[in-house]
Amino acid sequence: MITTKTILQPEVLEAVVVRFVGDSGDGMQLTGTQFTDTSAMFGNDIATFPNYPSEIRAPQGSLYGVSGFQVHIGSVEVSTPGDNVDLLVAMNPAALKTNLYAVKPGHTIIVDTDSFTKKNLDKAEYKTNPLEDGSLENYRVIQVDMTTMTKEALKGVEGLDNKAITRSKNMFSLGMVYWMYDRSLEHTIDFFNKKFKTKPSLIEANTKVLNAGYYFAETLELIPNAYSISPAKMTPGTYRIIGGNTATAWGLLAASEKSGLELFLGSYPITPATDILHELVKHKHFGVKAFQAEDEIAGVTSAIGAAFAGDLAITTTSGPGLALKGEAIGLAMMVELPLVIINVQRGGPSTGLPTKTEQSDLLQAMYGRNGESPVIVIAASTPANCFNFAYEAARLALEHMTPVILLTDGYIANGSAPWKVRSIADMPEIKNHKVTEVKENWSPYDRDEKTLARNWAVPGTPGLEHRIGGLEKDSVTGNISYEPINHEKMTHIRAEKVRLVENNIPELKTEFADSGDLLVIGWGGTYGSLHSAVKQISDEGYKNIGFAHFNYINPMPKNTEEILSKYKKIIVCELNAGQFVSILKTRFSKFEFSQHNKIQGLPFSNDELIQQFKLLV
Amino acid sequence: METTTTEKKYTFKDFTSDQEVRWCPGCDDYVILRSMQKALPEMGVKKEDVVFISGIGCSSRFPYYMSTYGMHTIHGRAPGIASGVKMANPNLSVWIMTGDGDSMAIGGNHFIHLLRRNIDLNMVMFNNEIYGLTKGQFSPTSLIGQKTKSSPYGNTQPPFSPGELALGANARFFARITGNNPKDMAQIFIDAHKFKGTSLIEVLQNCVIFNDGCFDEVTDKEVKEDMQIFLEHGKPMIFGKNKDKGLVLNKLKLEVVTIGENGVTQEDILVHNAKEEDKTLHQMLVRLEYPLATGIIRSFADVTLEEREDALTAEVKANSKFKKTDDLFFSGETYEVK
Ligand SMILES: Cc1ncc(C[n+]2csc(CCOP(=O)(O)OP(=O)(O)O)c2C)c(N)n1
Ligand code: SF4
Ligand SMILES: [Mg+2]
Repeated sequence: MITTKTILQPEVLEAVVVRFVGDSGDGMQLTGTQFTDTSAMFGNDIATFPNYPSEIRAPQGSLYGVSGFQVHIGSVEVSTPGDNVDLLVAMNPAALKTNLYAVKPGHTIIVDTDSFTKKNLDKAEYKTNPLEDGSLENYRVIQVDMTTMTKEALKGVEGLDNKAITRSKNMFSLGMVYWMYDRSLEHTIDFFNKKFKTKPSLIEANTKVLNAGYYFAETLELIPNAYSISPAKMTPGTYRIIGGNTATAWGLLAASEKSGLELFLGSYPITPATDILHELVKHKHFGVKAFQAEDEIAGVTSAIGAAFAGDLAITTTSGPGLALKGEAIGLAMMVELPLVIINVQRGGPSTGLPTKTEQSDLLQAMYGRNGESPVIVIAASTPANCFNFAYEAARLALEHMTPVILLTDGYIANGSAPWKVRSIADMPEIKNHKVTEVKENWSPYDRDEKTLARNWAVPGTPGLEHRIGGLEKDSVTGNISYEPINHEKMTHIRAEKVRLVENNIPELKTEFADSGDLLVIGWGGTYGSLHSAVKQISDEGYKNIGFAHFNYINPMPKNTEEILSKYKKIIVCELNAGQFVSILKTRFSKFEFSQHNKIQGLPFSNDELIQQFKLLV
Repeated sequence: METTTTEKKYTFKDFTSDQEVRWCPGCDDYVILRSMQKALPEMGVKKEDVVFISGIGCSSRFPYYMSTYGMHTIHGRAPGIASGVKMANPNLSVWIMTGDGDSMAIGGNHFIHLLRRNIDLNMVMFNNEIYGLTKGQFSPTSLIGQKTKSSPYGNTQPPFSPGELALGANARFFARITGNNPKDMAQIFIDAHKFKGTSLIEVLQNCVIFNDGCFDEVTDKEVKEDMQIFLEHGKPMIFGKNKDKGLVLNKLKLEVVTIGENGVTQEDILVHNAKEEDKTLHQMLVRLEYPLATGIIRSFADVTLEEREDALTAEVKANSKFKKTDDLFFSGETYEVK
């Protein structure tokens, strides 16, 4: 029943990476989420990443139907879901085949031997059974007749069909993993009680199987229970595990409440941004108006209408949708209305890699409109800080009367991590430029001196009736004007308005060495990967490497040049062919920039980054 | 559509902006502008609650000439913007001013979805069967064979009938009026305002520069009474200079008959029911070539999008334990780190 090929010495680990993989129907997302939540409550730091097949119902047992969930838990700070896996739980041959590459040599693989049938091996394109042909010699393979044992555990439980029985075998594997990492079953049993409130037989079944897996692992002393991971040192407070897209949606809810403006979302479904729509439609109790439009153009235009009428207006999308919205974003820029555009980047171009991550919409966000059309561009960098940056996008849009594009990406949007819950009382103020007072010679384009933001008179306000539009306007009256000099002046005003935002954003910070030989630069969703790579190399003794990560891209923090000048070399790392570096090269032409780029739909790995950095120091 | 009413008495001057009107002299767009400025004081709506949203085209210059709130947006997209305005503030009287190209070519997708949803706003389509602003290309309503700048040998693309398209998209209110009939036009604007739901008014608008006379056959003073039937809810479908022509149903077709001939009496003539849900007859009227049906062809009061949304929101609010975002953020699966 069990064979272990290479026995590892029990060790106490600071962090482990566990990946659960199986058929789409095997419940791997649920298994992973349960392990995550339990570990979070235990006090570990966490980062997770799900990996779904792109087909909704891929054929059972097929290579492309494999669904996975990876979680990195640590007693130390954890900033990515991890590259390589310490423990792989594979529910069938296809899952093993597609994920074996990630397992660290010598580390553990748990398989359900019952699923290694001739049929499943064929579907996974295995010529011989990997459990028998010696190909897994370098791993510690724990072979478990999981389906059989699940069935046995469920003998005598009433009201279950065969399907329900086999579907609960994921809980057997979860039970085993709980025992291995010394976790309590309590949270998951609570979860069954809530989820199956009306189906007591399912509560009983799942609890039994979970326990069976747990005790099975205990009975087999072959599994060393030595992977104890102590709680991480985290700032005290109330936490919850949050996914990036939910955090984005919640940041918008918070901004709506803080600003006192109703939230309007105009959106059209697109992977991987749709979950923001899914989340916001739930919150009608906060007066959220979430409108699923007929396409992305109607999504953004309805938001522009709502902004004109005085709402906090949002549109959410991914790359192809941002392309469709370009003309309308130009209009919002031209009429100077506050608008938040959230682009959850995916692999491009065209339909590209819809379920994979990339940072290749940066230049589209910066320049993807006709004419001179500057907007604020910011980027979130972790699943949890999607909350802060969604909030920040709303704050900047309202305080500066301009569109703001917030870039996130599939990696942080679908990943999850602990979030220290923010109370609305602790969030920064959000001002806006609404006016109701009727003054002589009033114009909708009267501007705030400090920010150049125009004032915001919304329909329904007596005496301030006015017309705005996409045609060029006179810098004083706001009336249509085709005057050459006026056009140039207005172009400069609109650019200056965005530039002045630098007075309203924090300075760029560095981590690790604050001056030295090498500055590692990143932006957006690569923060976790870059941070952990720089930390590792710095722990190895390279104390002359610093790290600066950009969340504010247009405009950039005021002290950017000063920071760049403190290092001998600079390397800019991006998941694209070099978009941010091209902006830096233009803006700061006196510096030399090296670059590291990856365009595989995947995040950076620690090893590749460290290798790169070592070449430069 | 109905909004908060006002005590204040306005005249058309209150709705006239200080901007110089830039349409070609003789263009029917002037008639539409004047009719709107005359209709607004009759609607009892406050000036600050009126919003005109347009796309791009000659017709879309309209908001600049009004002294209300307005936005001149981008080509074809006024329905999205207007929908957003209305959803953000349901108290506003929202008007989309659009052309045949703006609404049915580049904006065709938004057009049908607007009508399907039935948000309480109004759309005036200036149908001149041509692209005016871009100087004379054929539009989705130009006729086969029509010579234009982009069809010098004659147009080969068959046209849409806006009314048919609209009813196909489940328009609840559809009216048609000719550009030389300001009086009835103003009344239709008032009725559209009162109607709860999306109202579409197609104006057959003569473009004196690029498609002059395209509607002469039905609009000329000499012939208009014989060539048009002006429909009124609850009234018999009678037309003609001598009020002696009428419409009857013959098998599955509308047929023109003469009262007093072949034993036809007034009782035989169909009575217009704009308010019925079944749109079979409305569709026949929309398609009719002779006489051309004008007036309010369909005016079926249906539930609006806002009514559905409001009811849902009220229900969710009443049943929700979340009053503030803190309630949500600190609910459920949280844990303490000490
Ligand atoms: C995206 C875009 N494409 C094309 C145009 C050019 N354009 C402006 S108005 C127009 C057609 C207008 O025709 P219609 O809607 O019938 O209005 P009319 O001028 O006849 O009133 C076109 C093609 C534009 N402004 N924007
Ligand atoms: S081009 Fe035609 S539609 Fe445009 S303003 Fe002139 S006459 Fe009117
Ligand atoms: Mg036209």
